[in-house]
Amino acid sequence: MGFRQRKAEEMVFKVLMIGSTVIVTGSLLLIIGTVVVKGFPAMNLAMITQTPKGGYYLGKEGGILNAIVGSLELAGGATLLALLFSLPIVLYINLYKRRKSRLAVFTRFALDVLWGIPSIVYGAFGFILMMRIGLRTSLLAGIIAVALLELPIMARAMDEVVRLVPHSLQDASASLGATKLETALHVVTRQCLPGIITAILIAFGRGIGDAASVLYTAGFSDRIPGALLQPAATLPLAIFFQLGTPYPEVQERAYASAAILTLIILVISLLSRWYGRKFQKNSIL
Amino acid sequence: MDARTHISIQNLSVSYGRQRVLKDVSVDLPDRKVTAIIGPSGCGKTTLLRTLNRLLDGMDGVKIEGQVLVDGENIYDPKIEVTRIRQKMGLLSQKPQVLPMSIFDNIAYGPRIHGVREKAKLRQIVEQQLAAAGLWDEVKNRLHEPASRLSVGQQQRLCLARGLAVKPEIILGDEPTSALDPQSSRIVEQRLIELKADYTVIVVTHILRQARRIADYIAFLYLGELVEHGPAAEIFANPRDPRMKAYLTGEIS
Repeated sequence: MGFRQRKAEEMVFKVLMIGSTVIVTGSLLLIIGTVVVKGFPAMNLAMITQTPKGGYYLGKEGGILNAIVGSLELAGGATLLALLFSLPIVLYINLYKRRKSRLAVFTRFALDVLWGIPSIVYGAFGFILMMRIGLRTSLLAGIIAVALLELPIMARAMDEVVRLVPHSLQDASASLGATKLETALHVVTRQCLPGIITAILIAFGRGIGDAASVLYTAGFSDRIPGALLQPAATLPLAIFFQLGTPYPEVQERAYASAAILTLIILVISLLSRWYGRKFQKNSIL
Repeated sequence: MDARTHISIQNLSVSYGRQRVLKDVSVDLPDRKVTAIIGPSGCGKTTLLRTLNRLLDGMDGVKIEGQVLVDGENIYDPKIEVTRIRQKMGLLSQKPQVLPMSIFDNIAYGPRIHGVREKAKLRQIVEQQLAAAGLWDEVKNRLHEPASRLSVGQQQRLCLARGLAVKPEIILGDEPTSALDPQSSRIVEQRLIELKADYTVIVVTHILRQARRIADYIAFLYLGELVEHGPAAEIFANPRDPRMKAYLTGEIS
């Protein structure tokens, strides 16, 4: 191949790469821009301090405090529940089982498959589960469905950091006469704490933004959920319902709600990045 | 040598999968002496050391045959409590492995898991061990900083102090100076020599001069076989096996 041809090739691919980068980063700005511009007219203090007023579900007045609180409670509860399962799974397959044992390999595979299941399926599964045990649409049912959705994400993200803990560190703890549990809780978990917190935040971010899994399980309510067995409003569904109306004022409120949800997720991802950076600075190794 | 036997290794063989890493090793290691396990890389030195506190347990495809008696007790007896065996032996690894916690907590970790709760007692143990490791003056004002901020040499001395805080009887060193600068190496070597007054010290080293400096007793491994063992002075003066001679003259390394 001649020099000019190679140079042209280089140019073409460089343009493609730059193009892809610009399109992707640009679409992030475009999404945020659209949401902010379209929602701006409806943005006011009442949006985040009041519950909806002036009509069931689709009120043109008041705010979406019900959905903000509902989403935070729901994602918070689901994240806690997912954590209660993820951490033991991850510690077990990394510290108690040989890392390449059949059980560990199978568990990772299962988590990857669970990760790929669409959230509407978790919603449907949650709904069937509720019928079986006689649970109505409620905060609790939503928490269970969203926890199922978050669990594989959280567990795999944790697994990636726990896997990196050097064997020699576990040996150091074992050599002092520590049991596996002591090593797991006091040494490995502490060593991985920043990664674990990042995994928790990622899962939380994923959970709070999901609409399909809460559609049949959490229900919706104009009131702020005060108990686990009451239905709970969520931001994604608030957006969904408001956008579906024929009234422009209500649609504006949907965009304002989307802006609020995006802001929450942005804060969470910034938090997890900041935490990751802090971890690198105080690196143990 | 007139010393009492502390560890008796009997017909010990270890394989990783199909590969036999240690072949029928039998040797008695003397109490309160420094034993150096020497030999070319890949000869099974580290494996031998790690069988002593059962760190090979649960590794993929490892098979261990034979016996290791510590004070006459077979540590591979299924009824034995492995944490107690390990507590008896402090381990210094190639790279210092500080625990992800403060300097103070690194030392206090061991005593705490073995049930020491009173703060005053813990403080006393920490100070005593850091002083013995020659670290106290360097770190007394930063006890609650992460141990990872210490220099590598300081970390290795901290690891030694941490091991001693659980009152072991035996100190195992796996090339404990290989990551250290010459100055820190000398300090650690010196500490190991001092420690033989109270402990049995077993050090794996690939540095022949280090073995000459610190060892009272030598075990020479070659391709998984224990070729020669005995008092250091005798072996260095009069190696019997041709492989031992070749190693001492640097023909194999």
